[in-house]
Amino acid sequence: MRFMKKDILDIHSLDPDEISLILDTAMGMKEISQRPVKKVPTLRGKTIVLFFQEPSTRTKLSFEIAAKRLSADSVAITKTGSSMVKGETLIDTVKNLESMRPDVIVMRHSSSGAAVQVARRVDCSVINAGDGIHAHPSQALLDMMSVRENKGRLQGLKLAMIGDIAHSRVARSNIIGFSKMGAAVSICAPQTMIPAGIASLGCTVAPTMEACVADADVIMMLRIQKERQNDVLFPTEREYAGCFGLNKARLSLAAKDVTVMHPGPMNRGVEIASDVADAACSMILDQVTNGVALRMALYYLVAGGSRHADTD
Amino acid sequence: MRILIKGARVLDPGSVDEKKDVLIDGEQIAAILDPSDASPSGAVPEDTGDVQVIDAAGLVLVPGLMDIHVHLREPGHEYKETIATGLAAAARGGFTAVCAMPNTVPVNDNSQVTTFILEKARQANKAKVYPAGAISKGSAGTNLAEIRDMQQAGIKAVTDDGLPVANAQLMRRALEYCNGLAMPVFVHAEDIALVNGGAMNEGPAATFWGIKGIPSAAEAVMVARDILLSQLTGAHVHFCHISCKESIDLIRWAKQQGIRVTCETAPHYFTLIDEDVKDYDTHFKMNPPLRSEEDRQAVIQGLVDGTIDAIASDHAPHSKEEKDLEFDQAAFGIVGLETSLSLSLKLVHDGFLTLEDLVRKMAKNPARILGMNNDIISGSRADLTLIDLEKKHTIDPGRFVSKSQNTPFGGMAVQGRAVTTMVDGKIVFQHP
Repeated sequence: MRFMKKDILDIHSLDPDEISLILDTAMGMKEISQRPVKKVPTLRGKTIVLFFQEPSTRTKLSFEIAAKRLSADSVAITKTGSSMVKGETLIDTVKNLESMRPDVIVMRHSSSGAAVQVARRVDCSVINAGDGIHAHPSQALLDMMSVRENKGRLQGLKLAMIGDIAHSRVARSNIIGFSKMGAAVSICAPQTMIPAGIASLGCTVAPTMEACVADADVIMMLRIQKERQNDVLFPTEREYAGCFGLNKARLSLAAKDVTVMHPGPMNRGVEIASDVADAACSMILDQVTNGVALRMALYYLVAGGSRHADTD
Repeated sequence: MRILIKGARVLDPGSVDEKKDVLIDGEQIAAILDPSDASPSGAVPEDTGDVQVIDAAGLVLVPGLMDIHVHLREPGHEYKETIATGLAAAARGGFTAVCAMPNTVPVNDNSQVTTFILEKARQANKAKVYPAGAISKGSAGTNLAEIRDMQQAGIKAVTDDGLPVANAQLMRRALEYCNGLAMPVFVHAEDIALVNGGAMNEGPAATFWGIKGIPSAAEAVMVARDILLSQLTGAHVHFCHISCKESIDLIRWAKQQGIRVTCETAPHYFTLIDEDVKDYDTHFKMNPPLRSEEDRQAVIQGLVDGTIDAIASDHAPHSKEEKDLEFDQAAFGIVGLETSLSLSLKLVHDGFLTLEDLVRKMAKNPARILGMNNDIISGSRADLTLIDLEKKHTIDPGRFVSKSQNTPFGGMAVQGRAVTTMVDGKIVFQHP
């Protein structure tokens, strides 16, 4: 199978075969990171621009390391370091970037849809590294990769997702992705964090946290975003932790071999108890490791792989 | 110079609907004649060189269409639209008059701005303007503007459109004050706290695209409040750009109680829904937002049963630069003057409204809401629109005479349009 998409913008626009191809490719890439010399020449001569307009540690570093392991040249620019602080529009900025002939633009932006709008205006590939509350496809793909690696499959698994679904691009991408791959996704949160019509993305809304995690194969905890507390979503962190925090007691309701995930950064003691986060069943750090391999796969597929058979 | 409009179906709801010839003398309608009377051998010769004859066979002549919700942007935002270009767009759309919203820079909150707008309109020599003045000074929602002074200068309504009057006590006082002036109060019904930074209708589509939602309740709670304030004060409240089922249900109830409320909707609310917002195309972003299919059906039902009195375009021109942005940062609003009639005629072609109903909603009721008449009778001002009901065409923003092209309707196939627009006996638009 050849990967024919120019861009990776969201999970919705990938079909299950494409998702499988990405995950398979990422598993192959993972081995490179375990070598003593962690570098292959696959994308030598390719230029990758990391255009991040929102703070990011993990995702940006992961995309940057992935580029270097494939021998691509990566350049990072940020909003404060770009002309956008001088009032240049997003489209003008990326048209300027494009004039320098990059092969891939990886972008993160605070507005939903920014990567979609940019992708239809430039000829190079665009990888969405998170846009507003819309999509975070590389995170969802690495989550699917980690679960598939851990459980051997995605089909038929029961995924419980708890937290601020309304303001989470990770939640949207994972609900769409896991349900597309045959997992049953159940979500739970105070109603203030459940957006209208969420079930149409492919999940069910559980009435209680206990019902949500019962028999779950995977529990995915979302970060409570403290910076959103000017919009009243819950009274106190104490009360939130009591109702929707993952602790040992709730964890015991899940399947025996349950896996706990968190896209990070964690608020220990709020959405996840410290002992659960550190427990052996947690694969939070595996997610980070797989993130590099997954992003190498995305680069390869859009910029160096089968889409450009003549340059392979 | 006299003009004879010959052979049209003359339709003035409640008064006439038959083939007539209409003679215009100067600024007025001089006579409505049976076709035989106007034959070359009859009372009105067509070959004297004194009478310009317009062959209107196959066309419908209606009282001049009025769009009571238009943003002309001048003074202050002439790069989006000027009074001259906006009124030319109105004329091209078949409108003989528009009600201009006061949210210009400066705000039309005093008689000097009102006088400026009317003078510019006079120079433009296209459609007429009936300005709306602000309710509050600077539309800031704290003190009443000098409404009586503006009324003497020519305003026909007041509104803080673009913003709600958040303070219910100020609204009560405005209604009481305006009731004494026989001045309608136009309500932009929006609870800003409930909007909470949203950019499209709250629902599955907004959730899918990750756009913050605006619930229907953000509109309807203010509709409910101002219905009760109309009841309290006895003042005429007119609700602008009604978009959702909840508001329509409330207004239907209010009318049943005999409360003095009227309302308008815009063509996009009965033509498009939130599911039509695709790939962050900001031409689909306006306030209030496109709602659900259920709401769209409720808007049509409201038009059919008379709950909705008028169709107004909420013509909101914006420059390309203000629209070619991230969805949540792009300006709200679309142009409508040059598409409103064609989109509304679809309701007639689809059998929801009779043509008579539509003329009431686009000509008769808008005038009534502003406290005016709009009749085809001998002696009235010759503000008339000639409509070709059948002409199939495609909406082409490139042909708009408005300064802005921000419309979601580019490329849409429609049927019917204005062919001639006459204001005070002068032809201000003639389809080439």
